Amino acid sequence: MKMNGARIMLECLKKEGVDTVFGYPGGTVINIYDELFSFKEIRHILPRHEQAGTHAADGYARATGKVGVAIATSGPGATNTVTAIATAYMDSIPMVIVTGQVPTALIGNDAFQEVDIIGITRPCTKHSFLIRDVKDIATIMKKAFYIARTGRPGPVLVDFPKDIQVAMGEFSYPDSVEIRSYKPTVEGHPRQVEKACKMILEAHKPVLYVGGGVVLGDASEQLTVLARKLGIPVTTTLMGLGSFPGDDPLSLGMLGMHGAYCANMAMTHSDLIIAVGSRFDDRVTGKLATFAPHAKIIHIDVDPTSIKKNVRVDLPIVGDVKDVLAQMIKFTDKMKDKTVEFAAAMEPWHEDISAWKDKHPISYKSSTTTIKPQFVIQKLRELCDENAIISTDVGQHQMWTAQFFKFNSPRTLLTSGGLGTMGYGLPAAMGAQAAFPGRQVITICGDGGVQMNIQEMATLVQNKLPVKIVILNNNFLGMVRQWQELFFDKRYSQTCMELPIDYIKLADAYGAKGFLATKPDEVEKVIKQGFAEKGPVIMEFKIAREEKVLPMVPAGASLNEMVLNA
Amino acid sequence: MQHTISVMVENEFGVLSRVASLFSGRGFNIDSLSVAPTNEEGLSRMTIVTRGDDKVLEQINKQLNKLIDVLKVIDFTDGSGIEREMALIKVTAEDESRAEVLRIVDIFRAKIIDVTPKSYTIEATGNPLKIDAILDLLRPLGLKELVRTGSVTIGRGAKGWKG
Ligand SMILES: Cc1ncc(C[n+]2csc(CCOP(=O)(O)OP(=O)(O)O)c2C)c(N)n1
Repeated sequence: MKMNGARIMLECLKKEGVDTVFGYPGGTVINIYDELFSFKEIRHILPRHEQAGTHAADGYARATGKVGVAIATSGPGATNTVTAIATAYMDSIPMVIVTGQVPTALIGNDAFQEVDIIGITRPCTKHSFLIRDVKDIATIMKKAFYIARTGRPGPVLVDFPKDIQVAMGEFSYPDSVEIRSYKPTVEGHPRQVEKACKMILEAHKPVLYVGGGVVLGDASEQLTVLARKLGIPVTTTLMGLGSFPGDDPLSLGMLGMHGAYCANMAMTHSDLIIAVGSRFDDRVTGKLATFAPHAKIIHIDVDPTSIKKNVRVDLPIVGDVKDVLAQMIKFTDKMKDKTVEFAAAMEPWHEDISAWKDKHPISYKSSTTTIKPQFVIQKLRELCDENAIISTDVGQHQMWTAQFFKFNSPRTLLTSGGLGTMGYGLPAAMGAQAAFPGRQVITICGDGGVQMNIQEMATLVQNKLPVKIVILNNNFLGMVRQWQELFFDKRYSQTCMELPIDYIKLADAYGAKGFLATKPDEVEKVIKQGFAEKGPVIMEFKIAREEKVLPMVPAGASLNEMVLNA
Repeated sequence: MQHTISVMVENEFGVLSRVASLFSGRGFNIDSLSVAPTNEEGLSRMTIVTRGDDKVLEQINKQLNKLIDVLKVIDFTDGSGIEREMALIKVTAEDESRAEVLRIVDIFRAKIIDVTPKSYTIEATGNPLKIDAILDLLRPLGLKELVRTGSVTIGRGAKGWKG
């Protein structure tokens, strides 16, 4: 059957199992929207800004593990998606972004609403395509989804000129893709895996250093089995939180700039670091010259470019982390007697670790007069559903969430790690809630970042997405203020928000509910009220204004040079 | 250290800019770059001359391989390749210098491809070091214009790039 290009695009999305897309109409996608009008198999959610729509697709992808889909018109619509695409790229999130483009005959003419979006997004996409013929749509879409979700996942942009959307063609969706120049390595090399296991069993002070790759690769189960079986302590990056149960005795919590004392000390004193789906980011390693001075390093990652990029590696294993960890479990199963010996020899290491844990646990000074943000996080954890999904914005509240929430399962924390994008939290929660209408979805934001996409309140109300918006209001751009306090003599240049906003009225204006807590004894009540509401809610907490995120490794310092209380 | 790398790429829309922006975005150097289609349908071959220590070269290699349109990356630094470059050189050649130019052309087995009463245009082919050498000799006589293709490199021996 012949149909137009716009319809073919929708049929492709359906074939890929897409049930929800986030998009915003405009001149060069109007034909797609015209087809969508009568296309009932796909739910379309209209955000109030393309950046938010694309973040929502990202949140949908992180929460489900499926490919998120966003649509935007050419020119300003397309450029509005760029921050969200870069956010997804830095955290390796599978997405397909379809942008309208001016008709092929006009490309390059500086036509109305023409931008070279492929050029603009080249450094922040995994790949991109310009569709130039209606008969290529299906193969390009098949490739786009395949590339987005395989290997190290990432966003793929498909630029779709208007004349191709109108052109008529046959639809037939290919069953398989073959890209001869793209063959991601999936299976870890068995000999490398064997070597890794032997190295582990010879170590006395091993640490598993786990990143977002384990979440993305759905390998939490394998990681947990291996760690528990061998009794190896686990520290995770911000992106790795939830991949190993935060309340397990082997958990050291997060490492790095705002990591736990015990995690950073363990890295510094370790004799073997097993990096799994993590990339030795500068926020994790601190000063490279003094990073893990005594350790050999095994690095397991699906992306060869991550290996040896920042640190020396003694044993690289390229492969899907799930496959490699499963191989490691099997291999160590065969070495029973060795593993018993290994566990016994690790006794002193576990003693060191408990001593570090006891010496400086993640903690804060509680107060009966002002609301401590950490207290709010703990209360949220206590009162929320066990399978709640939490998104955060970027700043102090993000770090407090990472430190105090104790995530137990993967895909329950959605946060912008690599790019650190303020304005991410609310739309990402929106995407997760669209994917899981029945689950509790909470976004934890600062009063700065929440305003960067506050317009999405309208989308939440309109689409009955009951996201619980928690605002930890310090009336500061808190994280920057903290740096100014510590490193710039308290010169609070442009970090005080001054104008107080009435968030309760704001919620009301959008047709949502708002609750405010100004004293510690109101915290629990407000959370309960918020959680009890059927629709979207703002819960505002006026927190201790100059509370700091601690511990902190100052930028450029070594991991063990933590500021513990300042 | 200088490295010569061959990159087999799918002849897709925008592939050259992907490779070029990879180098600029990650702060890698490009000393020269040449690209043209190969005997295989849809496949082009780039030769890139770059510089860096082992760690940088390893990243260049891996990052190139990571590009979706890159089929294969071959590093010829170990002397496993034969490297050639062509230069077109316009030199001033009047009176007594005309004979000197011809002598140099002869020694380097280059060719005169255009003649005027005041100039010669020379085509020189060879290893880039040889091109440097002929240029050193011609420069004092008056170099008016120079265009170099950048290196192209092929592996030694009977095997093709696919082995
Ligand atoms: C889009 C964007 N702009 C600027 C920054 C720099 N930045 C990082 S944290 C921060 C302060 C965030 O303040 P707020 O949202 O109030 O959260 P808090 O730190 O107070 O919890 C800023 C400005 C950023 N990360 N993203």
